[in-house]
Formats: sequence, structure tokens, C-alpha cells
Amino acid sequence: MGFISSFRENFEAWINKIFKKKRAKIGLYGPPNAGKTTLANRILKDWSGEGTFGTISPIPHETRRAMRKEGLMINANGSTIELDIVDTPGMATKIDFKEFMAFGLSEAESKKRAKEATEGVIEAIKWLDDLDGILLVMDSSEDPYTQVNVTVIGNMEARKLPLLIVANKMDLPNASPSRIKAAFPQHAMVQISALEGSNIDNLYQAIATNFG
Amino acid sequence: MILMREVHMDLISEEKLENMTSMEKIRLILDKVKNGKIVVLESGLTPDEEVRLIEMTMTEIRVDEFSGIEIESYPSKREGSFFDKIFGKTLKGRMTVIGPANQIHTIEKDKYQISTKVSVGD
Repeated sequence: MGFISSFRENFEAWINKIFKKKRAKIGLYGPPNAGKTTLANRILKDWSGEGTFGTISPIPHETRRAMRKEGLMINANGSTIELDIVDTPGMATKIDFKEFMAFGLSEAESKKRAKEATEGVIEAIKWLDDLDGILLVMDSSEDPYTQVNVTVIGNMEARKLPLLIVANKMDLPNASPSRIKAAFPQHAMVQISALEGSNIDNLYQAIATNFG
Repeated sequence: MILMREVHMDLISEEKLENMTSMEKIRLILDKVKNGKIVVLESGLTPDEEVRLIEMTMTEIRVDEFSGIEIESYPSKREGSFFDKIFGKTLKGRMTVIGPANQIHTIEKDKYQISTKVSVGD
């Protein structure tokens, strides 16, 4: 049985290689409030026309469970790539419930959110083992040199997996994608506004180029 | 009268880290940081160890006791011999500072310098 399943896996891999089957499982990563879910919703709307990944909120750690949508067919650069998209909770090294109280949540709600947020970070980390590549979403108006960005990029480089940096929130007046490019010059970067949908076609072309 | 407050800082050498497993390093760091110490690692952690440290930190966060860590490091450096490159052992960790999130705050960070401020509690 082991031999048969092993043979089947090798055969499928060989067939995929021969026919260049373009399918990839891509994770959206980044710090809280970088716009990951806004982007995930935009991709879903553009290529399936229905549904959402999750709700959007100015309160950090709104996404506390990873959400996956399978089989999104993206057409760009004259080719088609089938994507499984995973919207992951924001990565962080610290979570203090008092931060949520500052947004008007009650103490009980804040503590519950903090607990769920810690679980969400763990879930995001676990997903790293099961992806073909990632979109690292950054807020262009913030300092890009955060430890979360450094750690995620380091992990993708160590795993030799493709990474595309998405400089998001270009609609903000103080957006500075050049800071991101200067911080991580070795990686491809696309500047967009997921909220307004600006430059989104360039993102799809970059996805087709980097993950196709 | 001048009130003196102390910050306990442990600078851990590359030699000490080399002889430890990943889990031993993570446990050592978290135990020190949870006791309010600032830890500076001469050779840092690998990217995988960094992410495991974050994972372990999340499991140990407790309301009003421990809200997590502040960690700052430079991106790993690619170096090593020809054979290291063949076997994929080229990513080398770099100097890293780690402390309790409620005590250490990063003021500025770029490719060449990390500036942090340490608050001392009452």
C-alpha cells in the first residue's frame, strides 16, 4: 500500500512537472492591520465574484482564525494559475488585552480577543509548513523593518519558497513604498491599495510571474 | 536623593548557543525574559528558531503577568563554504535583543542599527 501511494504521488508530481500544472497554495501574511483580509476579500471578489474571507476592523487582530478558499482561477500575463488562498491572522510577538480596551472593548471582550489572538498567531505559524509561497502584506505608511517582517522573510528564504511583498495602503497620504523596497531589496514588491483596488492588476501579474 | 533602578541584561555568547538545541535556546530565552531580563544573543537565532520562539511565547502569554516579548534582530546573513551552500546551511543568525514587551521598546531600526529603550518598573 505504501509503495502504491508513493508511486502515485511520484507519478502525479511527474505529470504536473511535464504539463506545468499551475496550482499553488498561497498564504497572506503580515502584521495586524496591514490589510490582509481587505486584500483577500478583493482577490475573492475579483476572481469568484462572491463571498468574503472575513470582516474588516480598525481594531487589531480582527482575523483570529485562518480562512482558506480553494480553486481561485487567476488570469494574468496570458496564463492561468489556480490558487488556494489562505488569509492568516496577524503575526505578533506580544498581545496585551489593554490595547483592545483602548478601542472601546470591555475588559472581558478584550481578554477573550487577546486569548484568541494568541491562538491565531500560532495557527499562522503552523500554516507556514503547508504553503507553496506567500504574499507578505505591509502597510506602506508604517516602518517596514518590524521583526514580524524580518522573521517571515527569513523563514521563506530558509525554506526556499517564493515571496512577494505587497506594499498596501497606497491610498494613505504618508505611504512610502520606497522605504519597503530599501529595507528588502532582494524581493519582488508590488504597491497597491487593496481598499480602493488601485494597481491590483499589477499584483495579479506579479502573482502569475512569481507563483505560476 | 537619586533613586537607582537596575536593568538585568544577559549577553549570551555564540559558543554557548552553538552547544544548545533549538528548544533549549528558546526555553533559556523565555525563562530569562519572563523574569524581567533583557537578553542579547551574539549570534542570534535561525529563522525557524525565531518563529518557534514566537509560537512558544504565544502559549505563555497570561493576562496581567506576561504580555509577550519584544525581539529585534537583523535579517539572517548568507555565508558559508561551498559545501555549506550545497547542503543549504548558509543562513547565519545575527545579533538579537529580546526582552519583556512591557519593558523594552524599539525606537528605531534599520539595516545597521537597532535603537531600543528599556523602561524600569517600580
